[in-house]
Amino acid sequence: MIPNDRKYTRDHEWVKIEGSIAKLGITAHAAEALGDIVFVELPAVDKDVAIGDGYCVVESVKAVSNVYSSVSGKVVEVNEALDANPEKLNEDAYGQFIAAVEFTEVADNLMDAEAYEAFLAEQE
Amino acid sequence: MRSSYKLIFERSREGRRAYDMPELDVPCACGTIPEGMRAVSRLDLPELGEVDLVRHYTNLSRRNFGVDNGFYPLGSCTMKYNPKINEELAAMFNSVHPRLDADMAQGCLRLMKDTEDMLCEICGMDAFTLQPAAGAHGELAGLMHIRAYHEHRGDTARTTIIVPDAAHGTNPASAVMAGFKVKEIKSAPDGGVDLDALRAAVGSDTAGLMLTNPSTLGLFERNIKKIAEIVHNAGGLLYYDGANLNAIMGIVRPGDMGFDVMHINLHKTFSTPHGGGGPGSGPVGVKSHLMPFMPVPVLKEDEDGMIVPDYDRPESIGKVKSLYGNFGVIVKAYCYIRSLGGRGLKEASENAVLNANYIMHRLRGAYGIPHDRTCMHECVVTPGELVDYGVHTSDIAKALIDRGYHPPTIYFPLIVHEAMMIEPTETESRETLDEFVDAMLDIAKVAKTDPGAIHAAPVTTPVGRPDEVAAARKPIVKYW
Repeated sequence: MIPNDRKYTRDHEWVKIEGSIAKLGITAHAAEALGDIVFVELPAVDKDVAIGDGYCVVESVKAVSNVYSSVSGKVVEVNEALDANPEKLNEDAYGQFIAAVEFTEVADNLMDAEAYEAFLAEQE
Repeated sequence: MRSSYKLIFERSREGRRAYDMPELDVPCACGTIPEGMRAVSRLDLPELGEVDLVRHYTNLSRRNFGVDNGFYPLGSCTMKYNPKINEELAAMFNSVHPRLDADMAQGCLRLMKDTEDMLCEICGMDAFTLQPAAGAHGELAGLMHIRAYHEHRGDTARTTIIVPDAAHGTNPASAVMAGFKVKEIKSAPDGGVDLDALRAAVGSDTAGLMLTNPSTLGLFERNIKKIAEIVHNAGGLLYYDGANLNAIMGIVRPGDMGFDVMHINLHKTFSTPHGGGGPGSGPVGVKSHLMPFMPVPVLKEDEDGMIVPDYDRPESIGKVKSLYGNFGVIVKAYCYIRSLGGRGLKEASENAVLNANYIMHRLRGAYGIPHDRTCMHECVVTPGELVDYGVHTSDIAKALIDRGYHPPTIYFPLIVHEAMMIEPTETESRETLDEFVDAMLDIAKVAKTDPGAIHAAPVTTPVGRPDEVAAARKPIVKYW
């Protein structure tokens, strides 16, 4: 089930807006395609990110991948639980944010859940 | 035989020795090591008899797998055979000290200069340096040329290197090491560079584009002239990753395609051993406008025909390696080039491409082929319908081990889901290729009738399937 409380990118990331804060994560499809995730390099709190920036690196047994930001702003919180337990991203990709950003701008090409589901189907 | 696979630490018994030292019969110089620097505990090394020690290492060596004991189609790595005569010839230079004065080492310097000139001819570049010690080192040195070039022109805004998403991971890593930002662009559906994405990515911040051609999909980039034009018109330079040079020797040259700077892996294309078998070598070639920035020393021929190391180059990026690079590797590559000659090198490339296409052709039907067009020196295939039986790329790789083959490169390039990248090289016979393909076809057959057998592989190795996830998440890196 793809949650409809947030927006999605073509790179399989999600962004959930809560007031002035945007929570960023990866989709279940991304987590599954990566395979068992063994390391998450979290961004530093206070780091400035821009739309399209690789703000986080996710390493699985298969590959190392950038995770891109769909907002511009400043990182105010990171999900430190992923440091010790990166597998949480495999178990519950939509329940685990990677970083929370106090944003000034949101990308204008995001998809809603329905559009993302159609995008996934088209990729198959 | 399994019992012989114990760790050396598990075989240790206190007091055992491989040899005995005679009793000390001279005065002991005890006390010369200052108190605070002495070890406080005994060094915890395994203790074994000589025969156990010899068996341990002999057994380890037998578990090694290399080009000398089997087919090794590791895509993107060009695991071609390393002619033994070249080892003999390189060993003849063992007595030459790298700090000899240039006038006493003219033979060695001449060999290096000739190698540089031959690489220039093969690649269509104006000058080569042989110093970088490996491919990624070559990338770093090459990118430093790009940086120096822009800085020298006073154009400090060029801070971004563009890298296609099909690139080797070393490309973006080297760019960051050289102080650049990296902009990744997506590949087009045919596997080539997406020209529109490239046009959108270039600008006044573009320092250059790094490109592998043929690409990591084993496909020749047909739009290379157009790509060069887009990057050059934007004021950037073109970097050629020579990882796949083995496909094009004597057929097309990076210099003629519009590349400004490139590196070669002597341990791939020019048959010298890879990493564990000896140091690598990543020579860097440049066009004339980048020559002032080459690392010192640059080998120059004076009017008397003497080769002189030139250090007087104020715009040089400096030294990138002690002395002259990995000289032994250079000797082997020189011997390889000289023994094959121009026609031989071209034939090597032709056969490398023919072998890869032969494998791809025979696997068609049993395996998926994501970009089904004539490939270059390597082909990318996928498990295709085998995933419906729960058999994935890693399973096929493990099953190949049981059948006596080193698996191909797997899960790379990243842009192909479940990729297997097969590079046979030119040195394999048709019989070897057929035996390998037969093994692949057998795996595909078994995958459909008895997938459990494929999931159980490998069963012929001392260790079956290590827990890769646990090893990565909770690594134990020492025995004690």
